[in-house]
Amino acid sequence: MTFRDVRNAIYPLVGISAILLIWQLYTHFLGINRIVLPSPLDILWASISNWDVLLRESWPTFLESVLGFALAVAIGIPFAVCVANSRVLNLTLYPILIATQSIPKVAVAPIILVWFGLGMQSKLVIAFLVAFFPIVVDTAAGMRATPVGLLELARSLRASSLQIFLKVQFPAALPFIFAGAKVAVTLAVIGAVIGEFIGSVGGLGNLLLTANSQLDSPLAWAALIWLSVLGILLFGAVVIAERIVMPWSDVGHH
Amino acid sequence: MQADIFRRRLLCLRKQAIQSHAQLDPQGRANSAPVPFGHFKDVHQSFKRSGQTPLVAIKNITFDLKAGHLVTLLGPSGCGKTTFLKIVAGLISASGGTIQINGRDVAEPQPDFGVVFQQANLMPWRSILDNVLFPMEILRRSDAAAKLRAQELLALVGLEGFEQSYPSQLSGGMQQRVALCRALIHKPKLLLMDEPFGALDELTRMEMQDLLLDIRVKTDATVMFVTHSISEAVYISDVVAVLSKRPSVIADYIVVNLPYPRSAEIRYSAEFTDLEHRAGRALGITR
Ligand SMILES: Nc1ncnc2c1ncn2[C@@H]1O[C@H](COP(=O)(O)OP(=O)(O)O)[C@@H](O)[C@H]1O
Ligand SMILES: [Mg+2]
Repeated sequence: MTFRDVRNAIYPLVGISAILLIWQLYTHFLGINRIVLPSPLDILWASISNWDVLLRESWPTFLESVLGFALAVAIGIPFAVCVANSRVLNLTLYPILIATQSIPKVAVAPIILVWFGLGMQSKLVIAFLVAFFPIVVDTAAGMRATPVGLLELARSLRASSLQIFLKVQFPAALPFIFAGAKVAVTLAVIGAVIGEFIGSVGGLGNLLLTANSQLDSPLAWAALIWLSVLGILLFGAVVIAERIVMPWSDVGHH
Repeated sequence: MQADIFRRRLLCLRKQAIQSHAQLDPQGRANSAPVPFGHFKDVHQSFKRSGQTPLVAIKNITFDLKAGHLVTLLGPSGCGKTTFLKIVAGLISASGGTIQINGRDVAEPQPDFGVVFQQANLMPWRSILDNVLFPMEILRRSDAAAKLRAQELLALVGLEGFEQSYPSQLSGGMQQRVALCRALIHKPKLLLMDEPFGALDELTRMEMQDLLLDIRVKTDATVMFVTHSISEAVYISDVVAVLSKRPSVIADYIVVNLPYPRSAEIRYSAEFTDLEHRAGRALGITR
């Protein structure tokens, strides 16, 4: 951890603390009903007293998001590479991809539930579907953005297509791929929760709905907070992976 | 004293290069009339334009290049210098004419050429050392000896200790030095340089010109150098081929007989300014 990391962490912490303080004072002094808007302390208390439930229900949501995201990466990157390098595949598949993307996932979710059941599978599929698009679009953009000078350099040495791909195109596309992955991983969590909302037997989305229907707002809010923590953790994992895979992106900008 | 040793080494290298070329002469012609190292005849290049007549970038370029020589293509911007260099590099094929290097027709890239572009074109994801080694990897000759040579080259251009740095940590001039090492790593027979110092400030540029002169003593590569700077052309060259405006032809072919080793003082000599004048006249700048 460097000084820069610490400094970068302080600003958001100060911002969040200020919001929480105002929120706490607002609900306290205006006597807002906790069903309408629980105070931060109510939510904290609900989080602590229900930590076992929250932790248990986090697990399926976590798995659905991570596996859906992993599947999107595993299929999306090779797919984008093919689409970017082949005119025919590009013309054939890209319009289909964009057409399917424009269908709202919430509308498709019930059908996917019919196909894959109420278990984790259906959520995983929805998470995959929402994460797929940004990965493909950004990877394909990265593949096309290879600096011309580098391609000419490789060609001047008569590099093979495979060498050009492995040693030039792909590494040059990595910043784009990670940009897509950061968007995709947060979308994957949203996808998993959409699935859980439509119909499920577990997960944070399910807990949130149940708590809401029982007018247990502090617990519903606690589930919401845990969801956002889950999203932040997954996003952070991608950022860390980026730093490990691309150590050069972190130098020279001091 | 030092200067004398330099000159003798240079002459010796030149002779070696010329001799080795004579041995390589594929047609086995008599040594009395050796085939020049580089032979360019009636090279012509036009580009198709939609709905217009084709753009003639190069009308006719004809000249010979001796082994071990440094020839500069000097011309106004847009006259087709980059285009010609890319033709010689085999990156684009000419609309017409003959391009022969070492007795071979050049129609595709030659792995025993080295290329330096105006931009350093380093790979941000590779360390400096790995950037220099890139050609060796492509040619599948990346071994311990290659690594040693890369380190030597980096030391030669004054970048010792930067092997493990990333390009983003280097200044423009340093990056261009790395690009020069990368172009030399596989001991190219012909070094092609497209305004390699054009993006640098004046002082760095003069340093790089001296570095190039120095490197020529230590390698036997023949160099084709593109620039639009008259003084740069005269300072570093054995021959300056002056190109006219587009559609370009060779406006003048100036043999530079300035002695080696050259240093900055020579820029103020009468011979130097005479040569500059002649190039300026060929370009239509001075009368
Ligand atoms: N691929 C191309 N298609 C069409 N015109 C080109 C192409 N490459 C270069 N040209 C044109 O050819 C001329 C010479 O270009 P270039 O060789 O880059 O000049 P220089 O390097 O001397 O500045 C310019 O007018 C340029 O617009
Ligand atoms: Mg140019």
